[in-house]
Amino acid sequence: MAQALLGLNVGVFYAMLSLGLAVIFGLLNIINFAHGAMYMLGAFIALIGYTLLDQWFGISLQIGFWASLIVAPALVGLLGIILERTMLKRLYELDHIYGLLLTFGITLILQGLFSNYFNVSGTPYPGQPEILAGVVNLGFMYFPTYRLFAIIFSLVVCFATWYVIEHTRLGSRLRAGVENPSLTQAFGLNVPLMITLTFGFGCALAGLAGVLAAPIYSVSPLMGADLIIVVFAVVVIGGMGSIMGAIVTGLVLGMVEGLTKVIYPPAASTVIFFLMVLVLLFRPAGLFGKEK
Amino acid sequence: MINRALWIIMLVAGLTAPFFAYPVFVMDLLCFALFACAFNLLLGYVGLLSFGHAAFFGGAAYIAGHVIKVWGFSPLLGILTGAAFAMVLGAIFGYLAIRRQGIYFAMITLALAQIIYFMALQLPFTGGENGLQGIPRGNLLGFIDLNNSLTMYYFVFAIFLVGFCIIHRTIHSPFGEVLQAIRENEARALSLGYDVDRFKLQAFVISATMAGLAGATKAVVFQFAALTSAHWQTSGEVILMTLVGGLGTVFGPVVGALLVGSLSHELGSFGSWVQVILGVIFVVCVLTFRRGIVGELERLTRKR
Repeated sequence: MAQALLGLNVGVFYAMLSLGLAVIFGLLNIINFAHGAMYMLGAFIALIGYTLLDQWFGISLQIGFWASLIVAPALVGLLGIILERTMLKRLYELDHIYGLLLTFGITLILQGLFSNYFNVSGTPYPGQPEILAGVVNLGFMYFPTYRLFAIIFSLVVCFATWYVIEHTRLGSRLRAGVENPSLTQAFGLNVPLMITLTFGFGCALAGLAGVLAAPIYSVSPLMGADLIIVVFAVVVIGGMGSIMGAIVTGLVLGMVEGLTKVIYPPAASTVIFFLMVLVLLFRPAGLFGKEK
Repeated sequence: MINRALWIIMLVAGLTAPFFAYPVFVMDLLCFALFACAFNLLLGYVGLLSFGHAAFFGGAAYIAGHVIKVWGFSPLLGILTGAAFAMVLGAIFGYLAIRRQGIYFAMITLALAQIIYFMALQLPFTGGENGLQGIPRGNLLGFIDLNNSLTMYYFVFAIFLVGFCIIHRTIHSPFGEVLQAIRENEARALSLGYDVDRFKLQAFVISATMAGLAGATKAVVFQFAALTSAHWQTSGEVILMTLVGGLGTVFGPVVGALLVGSLSHELGSFGSWVQVILGVIFVVCVLTFRRGIVGELERLTRKR
């Protein structure tokens, strides 16, 4: 139970990242390889905002944790919008793999830039707010308050996203854009703008996950690198069909990984990939995916 | 025309290279060139983007290193064992991955390769983060001493040529024609009665085997199987080499491997900037330069 809860902690990050990927994939048909780098970027913006701003610019401005929750996703989302406008836009008529390759290149650039200034082994984020220090008694165990906060906060974000996409007018327009862009455009909706904003939003989700992860894991340039591949496996298992699929699969697989850590530790880093193999054998379209 | 010229340049340059460049460095480039050719067979001629080719490259390196070092295999037999391992692995990965298409295919190969990476990190014989060290080069066929870097060089060049010719032959055979038909229009190839999945799988296995051959050779050259050769960034590097040189051209990957390999070597002292520069090249290639060097050359000569 305790391990499952700790696993859920990892699971919410998987869920947020695969949710962002799913949203982007749905509208752009591009797998954003830079998603892991965006997550890393979010964590670094929080770290820099808290510790380095005055050192670098000589201004006594500190961006605390709560402000980072807004600032970092906004900046990462903005970067996403710029990337989409300047680069990705040119690739839509081409084979999808070019989008993957382009975002891979961007990943290398971001990772390389941060590796130059920060130690690869990671820096702890000191800005965890006072209120969230300590532990809470859940009855069956003591659980770090911050982790509980991260779980609840991420769940709220995930389900809010799901609600917006599935149950609001904005969401129905988005889904119409996915289903048939040219027809949607003929109805007077600005599809290119929707695409740009959606890409920005997906990136912002990754940045937000990064800020939430910063106080738990140490902030390092490579923190997104291996995570993104796990998230890809999550996406394959879940099947890209539904938003809910991305969220549920992410959560469950985080818990599975957490439990494996107790039962057979060496397999913890690969168990998700083995599950992916099993799913591919019996249900190639993924658990929530639709057969084409 | 241009292909014949490139053949001659490649042979002459390959035979004389150790006299004006550091042989170990050139051997490294040759291994990567073969690796890139193997990768290009899939992406350039079948249209399958495998993001997990480092698993074959790195996995074969570990297997070859282990059988040579611990079981006392001769270097040639060890390299072949490594390639055979990559072949089996390629059959398994291919069987799983061709169930999905496009970007999914890329993600699945990437995830599968990550299993191999973690195995290379955790299994008892691999030496963990330090890699498998102290692989003896030994004697080729019992009497040719491979510790001499010149003989080692020609051995590696021979392996490269064999692998290159196998890939060249595959592309220019009826089998290769079908592969290109699948790349151009999979549905049509299917409706013509070709068993598309079987062709894809066979191409995948050939490509994996050649990538393994390159990785195993590299392990013998450096007497060392490194964890980085199994890491997914190596898969990315080989994609970059192929892209720079020219996707779907016979010599493109060789040119790309030489260029990117020399570049990372030259820039080695800049640390992480190498990554940034490779990333920039990647972005520029994808945005503006999709044919690659050889692809552009071919287009120019064809125009005349």
